[in-house]
Amino acid sequence: MCYKNAYKIWRDSLKTIVIGVIGADVHAVGNKIIEYTLTKSGYNVVNIGVLSSQEDFINAAIETNADMIMVSSLYGHGEIDCRGMRDKCIESGIEDILLYVGGNIVVGKQDFSEVKERFLEMGFNRIYPPGTSIDQALKDIKQDLGE
Amino acid sequence: MANYLLIDFGSTFTKLCAVNTEECEILGTASDFTTVETDINDGYDKALEKLYKKIDRNIKFEQVIACSSAAGGLKMAAIGLVKELTVEAAKRVCLGAGAKVDLVFSHHLNQSEVHQIIDKKIDIILLAGGSDGGNSESVIYNAEILGKLGVKIPIVFAGNKSAQDQINEIFGKYEMNGYICDNVMPNINVLNVNSAREKIREIFLKQIIEAKGIKKIENFINQVILPTPSAVLEAAKLLAEGYLDEEGLGEVVVVDIGGATTDMYSICSSTKRSDVIIQGLEEPFAKRTVEGDLGMRYSAPGIVKSLSEREINFINKEKGVDIVSEVTKRYDNVKLLPENSQDEFIDQFLAEMCAYRSMHRHCGRINEVLTPMGKVFNQVGKDLSDVGFVIGTGGVIINSKYQKEILKQTTNILHNPSELRPSDPKFLIDYDYIMAAMGLLSKINPMAALKIMKKHIRPIRGVQHETSK
Repeated sequence: MCYKNAYKIWRDSLKTIVIGVIGADVHAVGNKIIEYTLTKSGYNVVNIGVLSSQEDFINAAIETNADMIMVSSLYGHGEIDCRGMRDKCIESGIEDILLYVGGNIVVGKQDFSEVKERFLEMGFNRIYPPGTSIDQALKDIKQDLGE
Repeated sequence: MANYLLIDFGSTFTKLCAVNTEECEILGTASDFTTVETDINDGYDKALEKLYKKIDRNIKFEQVIACSSAAGGLKMAAIGLVKELTVEAAKRVCLGAGAKVDLVFSHHLNQSEVHQIIDKKIDIILLAGGSDGGNSESVIYNAEILGKLGVKIPIVFAGNKSAQDQINEIFGKYEMNGYICDNVMPNINVLNVNSAREKIREIFLKQIIEAKGIKKIENFINQVILPTPSAVLEAAKLLAEGYLDEEGLGEVVVVDIGGATTDMYSICSSTKRSDVIIQGLEEPFAKRTVEGDLGMRYSAPGIVKSLSEREINFINKEKGVDIVSEVTKRYDNVKLLPENSQDEFIDQFLAEMCAYRSMHRHCGRINEVLTPMGKVFNQVGKDLSDVGFVIGTGGVIINSKYQKEILKQTTNILHNPSELRPSDPKFLIDYDYIMAAMGLLSKINPMAALKIMKKHIRPIRGVQHETSK
């Protein structure tokens, strides 16, 4: 009983992060790497997998009482797929949730500072350029969510 | 002598089925009107008399057990958090337990919703919400408001396990009739039906049948053990899976068209393909859906409501009938039995509509998604295309002259590639109306139940001509 309670307290104290690949995108490898790294770093990871819609992310975040949603997009249409996501979070009552996005999130080779600006305007908290390793993002996660 | 009497107290008929488990034979079946408003024993006695007359002797039964959907069946309210997740999970658990889900609510309950629960005379509430370790604020709020407004009917809590202690406190504080069991959705998209389903059945046995006046019968019989739909689901599962060395039929779909509802059962895995990406909440292997707006009598108006005005005009002109008045006639007189060929024609038409529409809602969907990596298939719901058998049960199918036409409606007759309906099934008919009885028997002697079903659920007899449509 004692162990069970201890486990429960420990488990409940974990920060929850919802991860997945948005839109008509089926790139699953990076998604698995993110799941592995975040789990190993002590986060409760809820992976909703590929081909996920904004609603899938938000629904999962509500049910799991998540602290953060981390959106991956590798096929270039991320900007269209992510538009309006913050508004939907506000409508769904999770307006304070942290939104991260990373991957090849726009078409072609664009100046990343402009891209970042556009995504910040869309209500994302952190935006990562192509080729970022999850370890780099991990530092930000630790800063935003605590160790 | 291994004689058993199996009873189904239906909403209209009390159906008796006497079997011998040593010979795996049906001794006889009989039915009479259910008399739950006065004394449930009256109808039972009449039916028993008929049964004795049929077999020509009185027999002693080793055990008499029953299932019941009398007095409105088991009415439940399913409450969850997000519509696509815990609300859907809660709904599926209720349906799997053989209940009718009259009310479905998400997020925070409001006062009018709680009053609906009281007014509609719901039997059991299933309260879910939050994955394990996830959101607990919503379930606590809902338990609190149910308690505050004095809801005393049984409440099964099957939500976030981290909230269990607080929920227990609320149950205690307001002296509620509460039960705690495992979360229906412990992780995102993972469905866990067993614990909550068993709890619902237990409450049904202990409290509901007593409240509905069905308990009186237990002076004469051993026990009422299941809600009827749950018995049919058990039977379908047994028939599909087999028992020990007696093989089953493999994957099956069962269609049961009744007066008030159309029930659809599928016993199969959600897909066998490796090239599809499945989305959404996990599907149960044995799945039941109920369409409360599709039925032959009480719910006949629902069928017309699902048609457009243009379709109605087309049917009226083509067939020379007035479908709206025919439907109203059936709604006003639910005991109507077809008298002439026009009545039969209308009943046939309604049954076909019920079968088509309920499969439309039961089966899964598949979509092609074009991605930069090529074509991908995205599936939601269950893929029934490889199902080997579609079994028809219920009065209208058993008595129809064109059974095949009704069952054919469950296949992809309109060639809609996105609906995952059975593609080339064989059609079987439950001629002796024994499925619910065999579900009961499966609890005592599964081998005999399976053998009897394999003997009595048979392919459609003779050549049936296509209806003149």
